[in-house]
Amino acid sequence: MNLTDWVVLLGTMLGIAAYGTWRTRHTDNLNTYLKGNHNTGWVTIGLSVMATQASTITYLSLPGQAYENGIAFIQNYFGLPLALIIVCVAFLPIYRKLGVYTAYEYLGKRFDAKTRLLGAALFLLQRGLQAGITIYAPAIILSTVLGWRLDLTIIFTGLLVIVYTVTGGSAAVNLTQKWQMAVIFGGMLTAFVVLLSKLPADATHIAGAMGKLQAVDFTPDLKRRYTLWSGLLGGLFLSLSYFGTDQSQVQRYIGGAALREGRLGLMFNAVFKIPMQFSIVMLGALLFVFYQFQPDTPVFFNQTEWQRHAQGPQASAFRAIEQKHAALHADKQEKIRAWVAARDHGEATAETAARTAMVEAQKASDAIRQEARAALRAVDPKAKIKDSDYVFITFILTQLPHGVIGLLIAVMFASALSSKAGELNALGTTSTIDLWRHFRPLAAHDEPRNVRNAKWFTALWGVFAIGFALFVSFAENLIEALNIVASIFYPALLGVFVVAFFLKKVGGSAVFWAAVAAQVLVLALFFLGKVYPAHEIGYLWLNPIGCAACVIFSLALQAVIRTKGPPVGHVASVA
Amino acid sequence: MKRSSPEPSDHDESPDVPGFRTWRGVYLFVFGWFVLVVVLLAIFSRVFA
Repeated sequence: MNLTDWVVLLGTMLGIAAYGTWRTRHTDNLNTYLKGNHNTGWVTIGLSVMATQASTITYLSLPGQAYENGIAFIQNYFGLPLALIIVCVAFLPIYRKLGVYTAYEYLGKRFDAKTRLLGAALFLLQRGLQAGITIYAPAIILSTVLGWRLDLTIIFTGLLVIVYTVTGGSAAVNLTQKWQMAVIFGGMLTAFVVLLSKLPADATHIAGAMGKLQAVDFTPDLKRRYTLWSGLLGGLFLSLSYFGTDQSQVQRYIGGAALREGRLGLMFNAVFKIPMQFSIVMLGALLFVFYQFQPDTPVFFNQTEWQRHAQGPQASAFRAIEQKHAALHADKQEKIRAWVAARDHGEATAETAARTAMVEAQKASDAIRQEARAALRAVDPKAKIKDSDYVFITFILTQLPHGVIGLLIAVMFASALSSKAGELNALGTTSTIDLWRHFRPLAAHDEPRNVRNAKWFTALWGVFAIGFALFVSFAENLIEALNIVASIFYPALLGVFVVAFFLKKVGGSAVFWAAVAAQVLVLALFFLGKVYPAHEIGYLWLNPIGCAACVIFSLALQAVIRTKGPPVGHVASVA
Repeated sequence: MKRSSPEPSDHDESPDVPGFRTWRGVYLFVFGWFVLVVVLLAIFSRVFA
């Protein structure tokens, strides 16, 4: 990075943060602080929902994942539009009409205090963990490739987001997220255009022939992580949990000028999310093609980690792997060109033979990459052997012009700040409304005190996230780590909301214990899968299983204990 | 016991979006768009496999 990059990076990041802080510095009304400005329109809400969901991991890890495994991950989002329609129809109108600050407040009105606390606790637990991951993920990658200190990167990012989120609350989060999304769209589009300008004419066909463009997999196999079925069913439940019951999302759309704004903001996401994610995974698949024609494609993309060990006592073994990879890479390039030539000439037999040779060359190349990882692990059992997260950042730093590099690094920070801000805002709100106000009911009407406490809780969660990111080492595959954490804690929570909305005869005690039992079941399934990998099911399936378990247990318990919840009419009369 | 879900008439209200008279229409459009996207992705997979 040179001076121009630094000016673009710092100008963008500090500029947006300062603007958000200044514009919302006088936010002292509780409603505005927790729900945003009452005149917020659907475009801002839609962008805010999108910005909260897409963290840096989306923009850094997803292209790498597609580079490595193809674009099948896109199926993970297939349930999202359906879930958003359900949220618009069933969830949002009730949240709006009850005028709640949090989704868990609704549980208190529908069931009882303990179910509300359980909902809030499950949210705080899983979102608190994820808050650490979302701040750690970009920091570890950017600090590794740019040579920055990891601790300072985490602290700088964390403090910046704390300043404007604490100052302006939801209003600042909405405002800054809109501009951060503009930076993200601009930067990603620029990177895509530059990449396209460097690709051969047959790039898409090459990616397809090498197995990177299998977007939809109809195989009905529970063990496969991404299929049409797991995406539709598992993705539907995961998205329903996230958008319907996770306060970091609920908070984004329950504010606004009217119900219409929230609905249109969600529909905006339902329409654009899959195409947006598709463009990101396609970027990864095309990066794969780009690197097939680069003479200096590294055997391991995390070059900092590689060079650290390649210069040690095992240097000769590492050099041998590099030379073997270079030879195989050149051979593969020839075979790709042979396949393209056969295809252009329309020679079916020659094309089939050339494709087989090309795929075999790719397998040999994959094998040497595995050998490289094994060599790293052999010299250092703690070595980070997952390098797919470093593919896109390597492209940014080596192929983009100065200024654009700064813009793309700004994209990474903007996405980190925007998702982090949404999380902190929600964690602070839930802590204030569902915990503090629950235990201090007399203070509920003291508005200035509520705002002060919301600010304190937001700051505390920010500090917690920074501390968590500083002292905990996370899973190497970051985007999956986020989804796995969500798939463990969301299903029971979603089950509680499904019961709340659709099973009016079930009361608080039944649903409370059913949720506890469903949570235990999901944890047991997850850990049994780790102990007996042969029987492990794809994590997306935990979502429908956990949710269904909670609903069934609720019905069974209600039938057995005959416990009556508080009168549902209380909610119905408001709704 | 009363319903805790919104009245169906909510979705027959005008969304104030050009081309749509009811929210139901908006949802149907979004659903149709989703089906189209999945079909296009399946065709894309088939064409480039």
